[in-house]
Amino acid sequence: MNRQIVKLFAFIVVLFGVLVGFTSYWSVFDAEALKEKDANKRPLLEQQQIPRGRILAADGTVIAKSVAKGRGSAKRYVRRYPEGALFGHPIGYSFVKYGDSEFEQFHNEELIGEGSEFSSIADELLGHTQEGNDIVTNIDSEAQRVALADLESAGFGAVVAIEPSTGAVKVMASNAPLEPNRVPYEYSKLSSNEVERPLVNRASQGLYPPGSTFKVVTAAAGLDSGVITPETPIDAPGSLEVEGTPLENDFGEDFFGATLDTALTNSVNTWFGQLGQQLGNDTLFEYMERFGFNAKPAIDLPEEEVEESGVWDLENEEVLTASDPVDLARVAIGQERLLATPLQMAQVAAAVANGGEMMKPQIWKRVVDPDGRVTDTMDPSVYSKPISAETAAELTTAMEGVVTEGTGTNAAISGVPVAGKTGTAETPGNLACGGGENENQAWFIGFAPADEPKIAIAASVECTEQFGNDVAAPIFADVAETILNGE
Amino acid sequence: MTSARNRELLALVPVALLLTAGFAAVFSQENDQVDNLSLIYGAYFLAICLATHVYLRIRLPNADPYLFPLVATLTAFGLVMIYRIDETLARDQANWFVLGLVLFALTIQFLRDYEVLERYRYTIAVAGLAVLLAPRLPGIGQQVNGAYLGVKVGPIAFQPAEFTKIAIIVFLASYLREHREVLIVGARRVLGVTLPPLKHFGPLLVVWGASMFMLVFIRDLGSSLMFFAAFLALLYVATGRFSFVVIGMLMFLVGAWFFASTVPHVHDRVEIWLHPYEEPEGNGYQILQSIFAQADGGLFGKGFGQALITVPGTNNALLPAAQTDTIYSLIVNEVGLFGAVGVVLVYLMITARGFKIALLAGDGFSKLLAVGLTSVFAIQAFVIIGGVTRVIPLTGVTLPFISYGGSSIVANFVLLALLLLISDRARREAEEPAGRMAAMGSPA
Repeated sequence: MNRQIVKLFAFIVVLFGVLVGFTSYWSVFDAEALKEKDANKRPLLEQQQIPRGRILAADGTVIAKSVAKGRGSAKRYVRRYPEGALFGHPIGYSFVKYGDSEFEQFHNEELIGEGSEFSSIADELLGHTQEGNDIVTNIDSEAQRVALADLESAGFGAVVAIEPSTGAVKVMASNAPLEPNRVPYEYSKLSSNEVERPLVNRASQGLYPPGSTFKVVTAAAGLDSGVITPETPIDAPGSLEVEGTPLENDFGEDFFGATLDTALTNSVNTWFGQLGQQLGNDTLFEYMERFGFNAKPAIDLPEEEVEESGVWDLENEEVLTASDPVDLARVAIGQERLLATPLQMAQVAAAVANGGEMMKPQIWKRVVDPDGRVTDTMDPSVYSKPISAETAAELTTAMEGVVTEGTGTNAAISGVPVAGKTGTAETPGNLACGGGENENQAWFIGFAPADEPKIAIAASVECTEQFGNDVAAPIFADVAETILNGE
Repeated sequence: MTSARNRELLALVPVALLLTAGFAAVFSQENDQVDNLSLIYGAYFLAICLATHVYLRIRLPNADPYLFPLVATLTAFGLVMIYRIDETLARDQANWFVLGLVLFALTIQFLRDYEVLERYRYTIAVAGLAVLLAPRLPGIGQQVNGAYLGVKVGPIAFQPAEFTKIAIIVFLASYLREHREVLIVGARRVLGVTLPPLKHFGPLLVVWGASMFMLVFIRDLGSSLMFFAAFLALLYVATGRFSFVVIGMLMFLVGAWFFASTVPHVHDRVEIWLHPYEEPEGNGYQILQSIFAQADGGLFGKGFGQALITVPGTNNALLPAAQTDTIYSLIVNEVGLFGAVGVVLVYLMITARGFKIALLAGDGFSKLLAVGLTSVFAIQAFVIIGGVTRVIPLTGVTLPFISYGGSSIVANFVLLALLLLISDRARREAEEPAGRMAAMGSPA
């Protein structure tokens, strides 16, 4: 019988081997897929056990914190946002049942303390409970407050303020605001509100026709490619036939022999339309791409919550490239099918302000572990160098004229030189605005002080019958002043 | 043979350390401090183990030195896991552990000459099967999840299947010892398949019938599978005929298939096994949560006391039956794949020692009894671990020595006592073959 016993043992070894095989499959090889299953609430429930780190404004204002509920094994943490809607965008929310969004989602790993794999294994073996890290952001809470208040009186829209030399995002306000504390109570109401769309961060997701603010990009391309100099005259009649339809200046005014300064100061459409045609598809698109168009901004927000700016073929939901047929004269003045986010236009202003170097925009500033040690700090990094320092300086001079004597006088701040550009894109019949015929998208982009830029800002207001200088420029001035006074 | 007992004593030290460390880990998790209570528990456990060891030193000096420490390892591990789920359950389990050791000692005391079991084999078999019916009796029977597994008389509840498994193994070992020759010699080849002689086929059909009966009447797929597999293992070892095993398996599969399509409870278990995602919040909940808990454990686990067992803030189970059926999933969650493989290895080592005893045993009954007891033990572990890892349908069998449950602990200590009794004699005979055989009269 002994031979059979040995064989039987071998068989049982095989059976136990199968058990080890299946256990390995579930616990290691298939583990990631299982964690993603809808039926699996365990990962979410476990995250709830971890005190998620706080999110702070640059001045230490607590934007988000976790509070404990229940005791013992029933203890769990729930997210609270003490400032309510003020930082609803771009911080977003994080709740077990509704998931997370925006900054909360992008920085989830740091916030729940899963920074380094090695230390977490060591912690697990020692039985330490996981604790989240705090994140300090670049957000200037005072300027954010001013921006949101101004927006709320102006209309739906967004304001983005970036420090040109570092890419630090100091303001990112979006109206209608999101009150994150309400998310667990009225999520379906918030997500189904098609008019206010409070869950949408208009700063990074709002695609608007940039209008005349885009002339900064066209001018930059003209100067930097050598097609024009600041002294090159172009004859700009009050009306010009382009692709079968007349392109017109405001009040049909003629600007014969105008140079860049005059053209930008007075926002001369036919001047920039002709410049666009002189540049050609390849050059204009090349400069757009250098400025960050045709790509998602490299900001610390979830990719699906950041939109790509460019000439949009909305029917096919794609961004056109240099090889596609476009009405280049109208692209050059920010019309045609060109759409841009306030974040993108703020980056354009910041790049000009920073001597032609575009920095990667970042909301976070540093990560602080539960023991108070700074474990990571944002290093400013260059995203691209779209134009030379010389071009940037020439452009700055022209943009100063806009504020001192041109279309953007409401952006002026006493005692501080300001460079900028207004934009007013007509959006008749826009359903989001109720379909009115006189609706505009009002813009202002710029930076201050013009001679030593500390802040670059884009302000954009939807559905207004007013012009950029009337509604957007004052917001720029308010926010810029607040930031400059705070320094 | 003192060296065997010295090895046993030495092997018990790491077991007590494991228990102390385990309790300390659970304490520090729950109270953020290392309580010296963990040391006290460790000391108690070590004292009980030492007492058992001393008893074995006196009564069974030659018995296998590794079995008891291995079993103590599982028990210690189980106590820590159960303590971590619920303190009061752990206290119960500790009491069951002590009661189990008392029955362990009594078995060794009174069944020194375990051949007497052979004389009562039919009584034992009938009694074993009779108690299986008890859960269907009105008043004392209990239905759990659609299966009739428990009996409750007053405050005492127990699961008869745990005891029946020993009774049936005793019967089969005895029956096959007597009839194995005729089963081999009388076998005929029919259409190229070796069949056992018809005359002796009857009692084996009874075993098959009993398994099917359990499936239908008690609705206990797990125990049914466990009994029948142990039976086939014994039949194979006794006769050496692989074809018998194949025939037996086919008979079981046909029967199981038939009842799976007619008995709703059995049918459900199979459906859940095959398609757990169809009702993730209903029937499929337990097996899915079992697997999710394992996925969450990874290689090293989350640490003692870290797993979520209920949905925080509620009493809803996140891992249903964590202290019994799905305790293995909890182990994977807390100590990871490495810890779980360690547990499986301990079961494998116990199995190896059990078969070693069978190899050394001199007479047929001892051999078959050791094989049977070891097989049923190993198969039980396979059935429940296989159940929670979706190798086979999940059924309500306990994980021996680890799961919470008095019947399981006590019955398995009786099983261990029988193995040690066989081992003691076998090793003593191996030491002094001539003298012993002379005393016994004739070789087995």
